Amino acid sequence: MNSAVFNHGRLLLWGGFLALAFALPLVFKSGFLVSLLCQIGIMVVFALSYNMLLGQTGLLSFGHAVYYGIGAFVTMHMLNIIGKDGGPLTTALLPLVGGLAGMLAGVVLGYVTTKKAGTTFAMISLGIGELVAACALMFPGFFGGEGGVSGNRVVGKGNLLGFTWGPQVEMYGLIVLWAFLATVAMFALTQTPLGRMANAVRDNPERAEFVGYDTQRVRYLMLILSGLFAGIAGSLTALNYEIVTSETLNAHTSGVVLLMTFVGGIGFFYGPIIGAILISVMQIVIGGMTHAWLLYFGLFFLFMVLMAPGGIASVIAIQRNLWLAGLFGRMVPHYLAVALPVLILLAGLVGLIEMSYALLAGEGVGAGDTATKVMKMELHLNTPGPWLAALGVTAAGLVLTRWIGGRTRAAWNSALATLHGDKS
Amino acid sequence: MEFVVISLLNGITYGLLLFMLSSGLTLIFSMMGILNFAHASFYMLGAYFAYQISTWVGFWPGLLVAPLLVGAVGAAVERYGLRRAHRFGHVAELLFTFGLAFLVEEVVHLIWGKTSVDYKIPVELDGTLFTLFATDFPIYKGFMMLVSVGMLVALYALLTRTRIGLIIQAALTKPDMVEALGHNVPRIFMLVFGGGTALAGLAGVIGGNAFITEPGMAAAVGSIVFVVVVVGGLGSLGGAFVASLLIGCIQTFSIALTISITDVFALIGVTLPEGSQVARLTITQLAPVLPYLLMVAILIFRPRGLMGARES
Amino acid sequence: MKNKFAKHLALGASALLIGGSAFAQVKIAYIDPLSGPFANVGEAGLKGFKEAAEVLVNQKGGIMGQKLEFTGFDNKGSPQETQIQLKAAIDQGFRFVTLGNGSGAAHSLIDAVNKWNARNPDKTVLFFNYAAVDPTLTNEKCSFWHFRFDANTEMKMEAISNFMEKDKKIKKVFIIGQDYAHGHQVAKYTKEMLAKKRKDIKIVGEDLHPIGRVKDFAPYIAKIKASGADTVVTGNWGNDLSLLIKAAKDAGLKARFFTYYAGGLGTPQAMGAAGENLVLQLTEWHMNVPTVSTEKFALDFNKKYPGVWFYYLRVNNMVQMVAQAMNTAKSTDPKAVALALEDMRFKVDTGEVWMRKSDHQAMQPLYISIFSKADGKTVKHDSEGTGYGWKTLATISQRDSQLPTSCIMERP
Repeated sequence: MNSAVFNHGRLLLWGGFLALAFALPLVFKSGFLVSLLCQIGIMVVFALSYNMLLGQTGLLSFGHAVYYGIGAFVTMHMLNIIGKDGGPLTTALLPLVGGLAGMLAGVVLGYVTTKKAGTTFAMISLGIGELVAACALMFPGFFGGEGGVSGNRVVGKGNLLGFTWGPQVEMYGLIVLWAFLATVAMFALTQTPLGRMANAVRDNPERAEFVGYDTQRVRYLMLILSGLFAGIAGSLTALNYEIVTSETLNAHTSGVVLLMTFVGGIGFFYGPIIGAILISVMQIVIGGMTHAWLLYFGLFFLFMVLMAPGGIASVIAIQRNLWLAGLFGRMVPHYLAVALPVLILLAGLVGLIEMSYALLAGEGVGAGDTATKVMKMELHLNTPGPWLAALGVTAAGLVLTRWIGGRTRAAWNSALATLHGDKS
Repeated sequence: MEFVVISLLNGITYGLLLFMLSSGLTLIFSMMGILNFAHASFYMLGAYFAYQISTWVGFWPGLLVAPLLVGAVGAAVERYGLRRAHRFGHVAELLFTFGLAFLVEEVVHLIWGKTSVDYKIPVELDGTLFTLFATDFPIYKGFMMLVSVGMLVALYALLTRTRIGLIIQAALTKPDMVEALGHNVPRIFMLVFGGGTALAGLAGVIGGNAFITEPGMAAAVGSIVFVVVVVGGLGSLGGAFVASLLIGCIQTFSIALTISITDVFALIGVTLPEGSQVARLTITQLAPVLPYLLMVAILIFRPRGLMGARES
Repeated sequence: MKNKFAKHLALGASALLIGGSAFAQVKIAYIDPLSGPFANVGEAGLKGFKEAAEVLVNQKGGIMGQKLEFTGFDNKGSPQETQIQLKAAIDQGFRFVTLGNGSGAAHSLIDAVNKWNARNPDKTVLFFNYAAVDPTLTNEKCSFWHFRFDANTEMKMEAISNFMEKDKKIKKVFIIGQDYAHGHQVAKYTKEMLAKKRKDIKIVGEDLHPIGRVKDFAPYIAKIKASGADTVVTGNWGNDLSLLIKAAKDAGLKARFFTYYAGGLGTPQAMGAAGENLVLQLTEWHMNVPTVSTEKFALDFNKKYPGVWFYYLRVNNMVQMVAQAMNTAKSTDPKAVALALEDMRFKVDTGEVWMRKSDHQAMQPLYISIFSKADGKTVKHDSEGTGYGWKTLATISQRDSQLPTSCIMERP
């Protein structure tokens, strides 16, 4: 079994990722990029832990931030205790503490929530999420009120290998290490009997019962383990930002992790990783470029739900299958042909949206200032000219996309038919 | 006494508004199995549409037109979005509404700005209806009660006295059977979704000026309507009605109770250690989260809700 | 895969770099929510800063001949994102940052700036706080690298309680607030200070409600009414304040409300006529304080940005004081600027602003005013086009709002 789980190809792939993750900050010496990579590393663990529920066990949770947040708060208090009294722990080992805290929260709350699956579970998780979030503001003693709890990660004695974890790059190394360990552990879990049973409980609970498994127990165990990894992610956030506020465990955070996981693809182990990277980048980079980012975000999300409900991972997986079947080459010209009109369509849409923001939301704000200023100076938005032009581009893009897209789709369908035909 | 009567009136008014919001959601939720996260967004759209109409032709036309417009938007969303998402299962549907809520809020920001708009109560309804023990009861609250009760009666009549109503009712409990009988279930879905969102829109029209019409108003009521629907029970409009009033009154009366958790435990003979933060919390502080406690309790002990016909 | 993203990132970041710094000479990063639910507050602030920099500094010769420019960074109201944006700003060469919204974000920023400066002494960063009012920021958590230009919660309460001390009509006070740090602090200071100044005033009730969750305040009003309070003290802001006032009006409650934040950012519009003669506020300025140049500035501002109403006089004060500090120090090095700002006494329209050296807290005159019908005379200007404006009831001199600090500052 083990050799099947960690075969050569996989070892190479994982090792390559690890090396790449470590190499990135050395190539791009930018504080911003390192911060962004840290955020991504944390979100990868969080999204993967969420997918243990949604993807693997079929449990839709609206309150996953609870475990993440509890892990973060406990870590922060622990960090402050170490800072004051010392103790056997060091900063580098704190994620373990956060993970255990998340797990413990899972043991307590999961006992209540996992009795039922489906909608009932979703609603209970929503209710408990709201309750915990409300409590966070009511108990400033533990949660620190609005200011949150802060600490200093450069504490403790016997710093591992001379690292103080003070500089962001060292913190990044720690995050990569923990993220990697957690990812390997979560992947290994999918291969265990428990992981398999979780899939069975997701797909056909009655049958799982008949075979003699207690579905409630499987759900409970999965939730506890998922809490463990969410706690680790929360712990890393606490160490990375050195401040934890109540927003780490509110509904917004729970919503973001759901979005990430879904956009990445819940049907594949690596899906949430893609989602976490993509959404973090969108939030931080696009958020810095245009103040319409929330609108783009919403549109992108709706597009994904309607067009690629399996997430990005499923799109990649299909390409991979086509590649393996030797059909990918056949699709390339079609992809290239459809890319142009899609780009035209996007350009038109972006133009329309940015112009609307420039006109309606007033003077541009954010680092996206320049774009708006240029538009204000160069284009006269109160005249119909630029609007007609943007509308024209959009319409042309739409018509072309539909036309060429239709052909691409036909080619796509025939390729898929060949693919499945080959298989059956 | 004065306090009890006033609180009761407040509780009922609030409960009725909740019912207007949750009745549409119950219909949609029970029939299509969709947790419509964007339901409150339609409530917000109702308020903004009514505001826009009121700046052109006044409040009264808006009262009629705004919900219809919201219903049309809702029907279009069902037809061109949800129906497609439906093919990919419930999670996709739900996430679609999730994304839609995002989008609606951003579009509202874009069109009407990020601060509140000046959506006023019409002069005819501005003033005091009666004064009870020196506390004024505004006309507008009476009007809100009137509209919600009117809506309740109309809805009841529609569901029990018309053919389409009977089909909808049947589909609430036995959707597969209705389909087997040859009814065009997708069209009924579109109708129910449009109708449900129109009800939310109506709640927005009369709630928007009673409270504040601003882009955060959807998020503010978003989860509480779920609580109502779950507590009331799936497939049960009556349940939603009872749960709305119950939650309205619980919230109102719990605010009145200044006793702390320590006092509550003292009543049953348990003394809590002094000084802990939990012990010092008062019921008033807890008031707005009580509905969530209620929901969790109901889901644990009676998963089909107060009057629900079936589980999930 | 990751590599590709990194390339895009690098491209994006460099685009920002070029975009942000094309003309800027002295650059200040404005880190506040520019999207999401609190975006209106953040946008109003940014517009204020840009206008103030242009009119009050750049058109008057700038800073040593250079222009002062503000660039927005969207922290989405989140403490975590604040730190990411700080890193982005530092990468782009910003050495000065300003932030105002949310004590959570302010705590996060002050921590991040302290740590950054300790770890990078050759690239220090200075934080100007224009609106985060948690007293701890200039007490327990005070920092050499932080300057606050707004009066803190405790000072504001000192001013309000001084006013209440003199008003003998006040007999029974009810405290209502949002259940978080700010609300707790307001409640605490109200009780402490009233107990000292007016032993005869009875606190007849105290309620905390979760922030942003209450739709219908009628039950709270019923409770206030039942308590017989003639005065309500609240730290509420935004919708929690507007809804509270509306509910009070509906129920015919006659008590007066002492507030911190009724004066701007949409609240006057939301409460409208409901607030007439009911709502009092404490601010460093309002439209009907007779100040010629600020009045003109505000009118021009309101005309230039329809829908955004000039509110923050302290933004103007801050911009001018920072510019003067740079000019005096003949340097834009954060440490030199900080030293020049310390103990600065700056003349503004309303009097003198003094930046206390011991805790970096600005002291300035404050005004208590009441929401009344605009009449073109004492209430010359209305607020946010409502037909109602602020009428000054009392002026608190700079000296009277001063309070001792527990700050023990670590100086570089």
